[in-house]
Amino acid sequence: METILVSLGSGLLQAFEPLNLFMIFAGCLAGLFVGCMPGLGSVNGVAILLPVTFLVPPTAAIIFLAALYYGAMYGGAISSITLGIPGASTAVATVFDGRPMAQAGKADQALMAAAIASFIGGTVSIILFTLFAPPLAAFALKFGPQEEFALMLLAFATFVGLGGDDIPKTIFSILLGLVLAAVGFDIISGQPRMIFFDMVEFQRGIGFLVLAIGVYGVGEMLWTLESTAGKVQMHSVKITVSRMKQNLLQVKEYINSTWVGSVLGFFVGTLPAAGATPASLMSYGLSKTFSKDPDSFGKGNVSGVAAPEAANNAASTGSMLPMITLGIPGSPTTAILLGGMIIWGLRPGPLLFTESPDFVWGLIGSMYVANFATVILNIALIPVFIRVLAMPFTLLTPIIFTLCVLGVFATTDRMFDTWIMLIIGVAAYLLRKLNYPVAPAVLAIVLGPLAERSMRQSLISSQGDPMTFLERPISLVCILIAVALVSYPMVAKFLKRNKAVEAAE
Amino acid sequence: MTVRTAELLMAIATLLMSLGLMLNVYTDELNIGWVEGRGPGAGVWPFWLSAGMALASLATLYRWFRGKTPESRSDAPYIDPETLFLVAVSAASLLGLLILMQIVGTYLSLMIFMVLYVRILGHHSWGTTMAFVIGTPVFVYLLFEVALTKYLPKGLPFFEEGFLFIDNLRYEWFY
Repeated sequence: METILVSLGSGLLQAFEPLNLFMIFAGCLAGLFVGCMPGLGSVNGVAILLPVTFLVPPTAAIIFLAALYYGAMYGGAISSITLGIPGASTAVATVFDGRPMAQAGKADQALMAAAIASFIGGTVSIILFTLFAPPLAAFALKFGPQEEFALMLLAFATFVGLGGDDIPKTIFSILLGLVLAAVGFDIISGQPRMIFFDMVEFQRGIGFLVLAIGVYGVGEMLWTLESTAGKVQMHSVKITVSRMKQNLLQVKEYINSTWVGSVLGFFVGTLPAAGATPASLMSYGLSKTFSKDPDSFGKGNVSGVAAPEAANNAASTGSMLPMITLGIPGSPTTAILLGGMIIWGLRPGPLLFTESPDFVWGLIGSMYVANFATVILNIALIPVFIRVLAMPFTLLTPIIFTLCVLGVFATTDRMFDTWIMLIIGVAAYLLRKLNYPVAPAVLAIVLGPLAERSMRQSLISSQGDPMTFLERPISLVCILIAVALVSYPMVAKFLKRNKAVEAAE
Repeated sequence: MTVRTAELLMAIATLLMSLGLMLNVYTDELNIGWVEGRGPGAGVWPFWLSAGMALASLATLYRWFRGKTPESRSDAPYIDPETLFLVAVSAASLLGLLILMQIVGTYLSLMIFMVLYVRILGHHSWGTTMAFVIGTPVFVYLLFEVALTKYLPKGLPFFEEGFLFIDNLRYEWFY
């Protein structure tokens, strides 16, 4: 415990270094912006801005991106409440009660509740994070390649078991990402693989950033252009100091749902397939179930705004836990952060705590500071963001496209990659329209090279005996859970059918 | 095209793509089998995972024939005709931007891109348009070339030489 406090202290000191403090505020602002723009979420912001962060050292870069991730969770609520369309998928549940509150002229109250709940959710989860991360990383130090591989299997299995999307399509998406990750030279035999059309450019492989920006930059913008082509209607927000005071006192009405949402959000957030969107929906459901007045939910109950907002912020921190300690991202956004860490020359995984303590604790310290920074910026800048929301898409789109193209070019210095980005972007848009989930593919292209390497390392060390994955207890447990997760949807269906048959008899 | 047709075509396309990937690995003469005492060969990962993709595509095809996916029962248009224009123009303009970048260079093509998007598609005033046309290249130059020290594509030699004037100016004045 004492060592945690000492390290945390040094992390906080680092967070207050001028450059890092500036990055926190810049990240929070950027996050609030992408969060509140419909169609852009944390994952888009992180993907599009990652190439630009090569300007600063890795610690400052991850601080910026983590603050952005964080800010986007707050920002999503702004458009959910004032426009009635979620600014990011993570803020879907906030619309249910935020919209009716805005229609009743209580938009300021809803915005305030969202900000305070986000703050509590963020604080609770970062404290949980600080307590859980060091022991988990210490435990994970025992992991060999077998355990690494089993954990990655587990990560992919959560998409199949808990993702809730069409299962063959989810599997296709995972495998596509894994196969694309194998393009280029084989790391073990040195042979070139899948050099399509004999183009030399493929020898260097398809970078994860090309795929991530293609999917979350180009693909997402095409998707958003299509879905927001219609006009949106905004609700006016009245903000006065006396009303703000009154709104602050209202906290006790929703404090219970906020606590529950925070803890729930953190743990749901650590699962790769779950993350902030399901966490906020679950938190909303839980809050409604245990409310004294469940009928008022959906008609403008302030707990219905606070519960999902606390959960989505907590989940964003939660998803960093497996990324930092195990090297397995807990969400698409952290998958991109993980890819960024590899580009910065860091080795994600349990060794990060011992090899780069400054990086890890600087990040943790910055998350405490970012939480305060975001709540202040959020409340102070609500009027500005409401103005920003009125910005037409025909101005935002060309800026985003420019950043996508040049960002991809800047990471590899090859026009070739921008072409691949465009192809992937259009393909992702077309696939997404048919309900193919795209997040698993992004996670897979980041984890693909790591997964293949750990699998082959394990087999080389066991001299080709595949039983090595089952002989080690931790790896065995992970594989068993993975198998259970993959078979869960089928078992659930079978039980349902049996029940229906029984009922019919 | 309805969503129903689109799902069928997409499943066929993904199936063909998976088979193509398998063929690609196979013809590259990579070892797709087990090496005794060493584990899988170099081609095992891409070959068998592509095989998995093919199976997943077959499963989607099967589910389509049985009408099990919501998409296979939907007769709604795949891309709404009203928004098709906007999406197609956006994708095409991005394609145009990439082609132009290799001919006239990044900066000129960005200016053309901005005029197209802000003025012609967005119907914004000439004032806003000019702010974007001039502001974007300046911002891009400062961020990518000055701060990140990248050399963005300058197009054919004729355009590249024209642009070197600005770079020379920068080096003479600031370094």
